[in-house]
Amino acid sequence: MSSTALVEVDDLAKTFDVSPPWLNRVVERKPRLFVHAVDGVSFAIERGRTLALVGESGCGKSTVARLLVGLYRPTRGSVRFDGRHTDQPRSAAEQQQLHRRMQMIFQDPYASLNPRWKVLDIVAEPLTEHGLASSADELRQRVGELLQSVGLAAADCEKFPHQFSGGQRQRISIARALATEPEFLVCDEPTSALDVSVQAQVLNIMKDLQRARGLTYLFISHNLAVVRHVADQVGVMYLGRLVELADKAALFASPRHPYTRMLLDAIPDIRMSGRARTPVQGEVPNPLSPPTGCAFHPRCPHADARCASERPALKAFHGVQVACHAVEQGRI
Amino acid sequence: MVTPLLEVRNLRVEFPTRRGTLLALDDISFEIAPGEVLGVVGESGAGKSLTGAAIIGLLEPPGRIAGGEIRLEGQRIDHLPYEQLRRIRGRRIGAIFQDPLTSLNPLYTVGRQLVETIQTHLPVSADEARRRAIKLLQETGIPAAEHRIDQYPHQFSGGMRQRVVIALALAAEPKLVVADEPTTALDVSIQAQIISLLKRLCKEHGAAVMLVTHDMGVIAETCDRVAVLYAGRIAEIGPVGDVIHRPQHPYTAGLMGSIPAMDEDRERLLQIDGAMPRLNAIPAGCAFNPRCPKVVDRCRSERPDLMDAGATRAACWRVAS
Repeated sequence: MSSTALVEVDDLAKTFDVSPPWLNRVVERKPRLFVHAVDGVSFAIERGRTLALVGESGCGKSTVARLLVGLYRPTRGSVRFDGRHTDQPRSAAEQQQLHRRMQMIFQDPYASLNPRWKVLDIVAEPLTEHGLASSADELRQRVGELLQSVGLAAADCEKFPHQFSGGQRQRISIARALATEPEFLVCDEPTSALDVSVQAQVLNIMKDLQRARGLTYLFISHNLAVVRHVADQVGVMYLGRLVELADKAALFASPRHPYTRMLLDAIPDIRMSGRARTPVQGEVPNPLSPPTGCAFHPRCPHADARCASERPALKAFHGVQVACHAVEQGRI
Repeated sequence: MVTPLLEVRNLRVEFPTRRGTLLALDDISFEIAPGEVLGVVGESGAGKSLTGAAIIGLLEPPGRIAGGEIRLEGQRIDHLPYEQLRRIRGRRIGAIFQDPLTSLNPLYTVGRQLVETIQTHLPVSADEARRRAIKLLQETGIPAAEHRIDQYPHQFSGGMRQRVVIALALAAEPKLVVADEPTTALDVSIQAQIISLLKRLCKEHGAAVMLVTHDMGVIAETCDRVAVLYAGRIAEIGPVGDVIHRPQHPYTAGLMGSIPAMDEDRERLLQIDGAMPRLNAIPAGCAFNPRCPKVVDRCRSERPDLMDAGATRAACWRVAS
């Protein structure tokens, strides 16, 4: 892997135990159940770039986000940040330093801000937590600057979250995430709860901030048009695995994996160019009992016997990485 | 000229509150021709769902129709007593809502819900109703319909549930289907399936559709005409191609520009600064004037009505001058 990568993820996996309670297992002889939410995901994000993860609900993209910032502990695999494993034992001070350098923005700006706190307290919390301001005056000034950097007024710090619209609240979330001057921001569907005109404001701010501060983003979204606008690299996930990982230009110009092609075909054609949209057939299978072999094979028009039995690995192919037997064999 | 299937004239919807009356819909007028698909688009709070709710007579109290009229095939339906309206709803107007889980009764099998709907509105026997129900489920693309008709809603996935809801809406062969954000709760790959299904079935059954959504992509693919709502009023209405390619109202233009496109690269998206005003603080004149890049003095004092503007009609003083 290249040395400029800020974040490197290797064979990351997270399994959730969703077994029925012990008594039911014993009395009703129900089996233990596990969901492999993320299963062997590897990627690297270079400094100052944006990797977007796309996929439908339940594909594990949000779990990857939470694993990266340490909200979940991985079942297998590792995350390296700036060359160091994040789960290596280290001193409390080093751990705090690590948390200062990566922050997260959540999807729902109504749920991620404490309604009883003033904006000042919300944005100032990471500053006081990390001891980044020495006096109350300095704190207030820093919060004012942060609010201005996301297009709000410094005077807004006396207000409560309910006094803001959805887009403004998401800006407050961004200001809070930026408070510790992080290098890496994990954005979990930051605009999906917003209206389009407000989404445009937030996306523009995020791009401006990236340029001004050299931020690195992991951007989680289900909206391919948004991804095309913000990302440098795109990873497509299906049932916990990466099926395709490619540069944005390559992915949108010549998608390889049949699932990626289906997703692209499913985007509504807003310019009304007359392109026929091919509806994707079938639905995402139950993650509790994923199909054997390639998880996509029941919906795939190119599947054969091998796809049903043998799980394809992510392999390099013409400069992109694809996990598909049909692509590898040149069948499509 | 053909009589419109649905005619809405100067519709006003108010919400009386302790701090005064809020005007949620103000002077909304449009028509839907038989078999036509009209899109109603707007951001949260623009009043698009309220318009749908007013037409099917499901306004949540204290909301009430305070003026104007709604006519279905020439007959006024906005002031009918509840019982009469209930017969129209389902029989002549079908409804599809956003969340398929809340619009189905979890305690009844889907078959029972379909049969009940069919028998309420059509004079058929129980056997005939069940045959129709199975046929409807088959039409909506539910595999093994004879078997699945006896299952409960929780045994269906989200996309399959929305298919059942579409079957329910079409059960009594209505003339008009009001679909309120029918795909918003679904994944992108399922959205395309549901939209094409809805369009095909309504065409086959000869039903007109009023499609309420915030998704311009869905509008572009599905509708014949589109009405753009802003702060409780229609900002622009016209054929969908003209509204998308040659928007006359600055709000429509801004809305179109703020959608990330798949076929062009832009470093920054066009953005409309600010946010839609709250109902208790709608500015004087044109409601869009504080956010409008092309505002002139007249916009701040005088409210524009819909005026002819090229192929569309827009409520903007700039198209008048």
